[in-house]
Amino acid sequence: MTELGTALRGYERQDGRKGIRNVVAVAYLVECAHHVAREIVMLNRDAAHVIGFPGCFPNPYSQGIMERLCTHPNVGAVLLVSLGCESFNRYKLEQAVEESGRPVHTIVIQNDGGTRRSIEQGQRWVAERVAELQSAPTVPMDVSELVVGTVCGGSDGTSGITGNPAAGRAFDRLVAEGATCIFEETGELIGCEDIMASRARTPELAVELRHAVEKAATYYATLGFGSFAAGNADGGLSTIEEKSLGAYAKSGQSEISGLIKPGDIPPRGGLYLMDVVPDGEVRFGFPNISDNAEIVEMMASGAHMTLFVTGRGSVVGSALSPVIKIAANPHMYERLTDDMDINAGRVLTGEADLAEVGDEIYGLILALAAGEKSKSEALGHTEFILTYKSFEPIGPACLPV
Amino acid sequence: MTDTDSRLLLLSPQDNVFVLRAAIKAGETIRIGRLDITVPDRLGIGHKVARGAIRDGEPIIKYGAPIGSATRDIAVGEHVHIHNIKSNYTPTHSLTEARETYERNRAGGWHD
Repeated sequence: MTELGTALRGYERQDGRKGIRNVVAVAYLVECAHHVAREIVMLNRDAAHVIGFPGCFPNPYSQGIMERLCTHPNVGAVLLVSLGCESFNRYKLEQAVEESGRPVHTIVIQNDGGTRRSIEQGQRWVAERVAELQSAPTVPMDVSELVVGTVCGGSDGTSGITGNPAAGRAFDRLVAEGATCIFEETGELIGCEDIMASRARTPELAVELRHAVEKAATYYATLGFGSFAAGNADGGLSTIEEKSLGAYAKSGQSEISGLIKPGDIPPRGGLYLMDVVPDGEVRFGFPNISDNAEIVEMMASGAHMTLFVTGRGSVVGSALSPVIKIAANPHMYERLTDDMDINAGRVLTGEADLAEVGDEIYGLILALAAGEKSKSEALGHTEFILTYKSFEPIGPACLPV
Repeated sequence: MTDTDSRLLLLSPQDNVFVLRAAIKAGETIRIGRLDITVPDRLGIGHKVARGAIRDGEPIIKYGAPIGSATRDIAVGEHVHIHNIKSNYTPTHSLTEARETYERNRAGGWHD
C-alpha cells in the first residue's frame, strides 16, 4: 500500500476538477447499441469502460446523468455509440462533452455501415485516445479535492456494527480534511429521521432531510417492498428499520452540510446526503433496482471512488470509478478474500477496533487516489446500470451557504 | 450483565436484544445473566436473541432505537427475527419459505 502522505496527483479537467483515473467512456445510447459498445472496448478493457442507457424513451434524468458521467473527472475521452433511431438526445450529449474539453466522437450504427464497421471504427478511435490518455500529464492534488461516496449492499447483521461504522470513521477523517463525502439511499434511512435531522447544518436543512426519508417511506410502501433483499434476512436483519440504523452508521459523525439529488455536484467539502428516491407519484418502478445503480448516481455527483460495505459478500466494482470493498463479516471475508479490500470483521473477532479499520480504509482511499487498484478494479469489474427516474430540482434550503 | 456470554454483544444499554458476535450451534448453551439457555437451532453471526422477555406488540430496541415490534411473546434468549417481529414501515421479504420447500422437495425427489 502507498505510504500515507504520498503526494496525490490527478488529471486536471477544464472545470477545475481532477481525476484519479483517465479512462475512455464508451457510451451506448440505447440497448440496441450495447453489443457494439461492448465489442469496441474488448481490446482495451482496462482503459476503456462501457456505460450506457438502455431505454428508447426520452428521460431528462438519464440524459442528465449521462452528461455528468461523460464529463466525470475520471473520464478523459468519450465515444458515443448510437443505433440511430433512439430517442436519446445524442447531439446534446456530444456538445456537453465537447464543451468540457474532452475528445468526443459519435458512431451511428445505422449510418456507419452496421455492426462490423462500427466496431472497427470504434476500436481504432479508442486505441488512439488510450495512447494519448496514457501519456497525459498530471498535477498535484489535495485530499480536500477528493469526492468519495459510500453505499452498502448484501448487508447482514454484521454490516451495521463493523463495516458501516468503520466507513463512517474514514468519512469523519476525510470531512475534517475538507474532502467531500456522500452517503445515500434514503430508503435505507427509514427510522433514522430524528437522529439524522439533529446533525443538519441548519434547521431548514433538517426539515429537508426529514422530508427526503418520509418521501422514501411513502414511495416504498406504495411499491409494497422496502429496500430489503431476501439475503438481508438470512444474514440476521429482520426489518428495514434495523437495516437502516446499520446503514446510517456509514455517514459517520460529521455535521451534514447538504442534501443533493443524483447528478448535483456538492459545491464544497463536507458531508452530503443524496436523495435517490424519485419525486412525484410512483413511476418507473423501484428507485434503485440493484447496488450499481447507487454507485452510478454517486459518480454522477462526482465521486472519484465509492466505499462499498458488504456482509453477505457483493463482488461488484464499477465502470469509471474504483470501488473499495469492505467486508463486514469475518466468515464471508475468509470465503471471498480475493474480492475484499478490507476485513472489518476483525472488529467482531476482537483483532481490531473501529478506529483502526477506519484508518485502514482512509489509507486505502489515498492509495487508490495515488493510482493503486482496488480488488474489484484489478479483477476487471466494470458493472454499470442506469434506468428511468424523475426528479424535481433541489430547493435553496438543501445547500445552506 | 457481567455474567453474559462474550459471544453476545449489547450495542446500547436500552436494547432488549443482543447481537451474536459469532455463530452458535444447535444444542449449545448461552448465558444471559444467571440463566443458561440451550439454543434449539443454529444461530448465524449477526443474528439477535432476546435480552429479556418481550411481550407481543412491544418495540424491539437495537442501537438504542426501535427496529420493529414483536408479533408474539418472545422468551429471554430466544432468536429474535422475522418469525416473531415485524417492521413498522414495510413488510420484510425473505426466501426462507421458498428455500425450505425446495430443500424438502429435493430431499423427497421432488414428489412429496
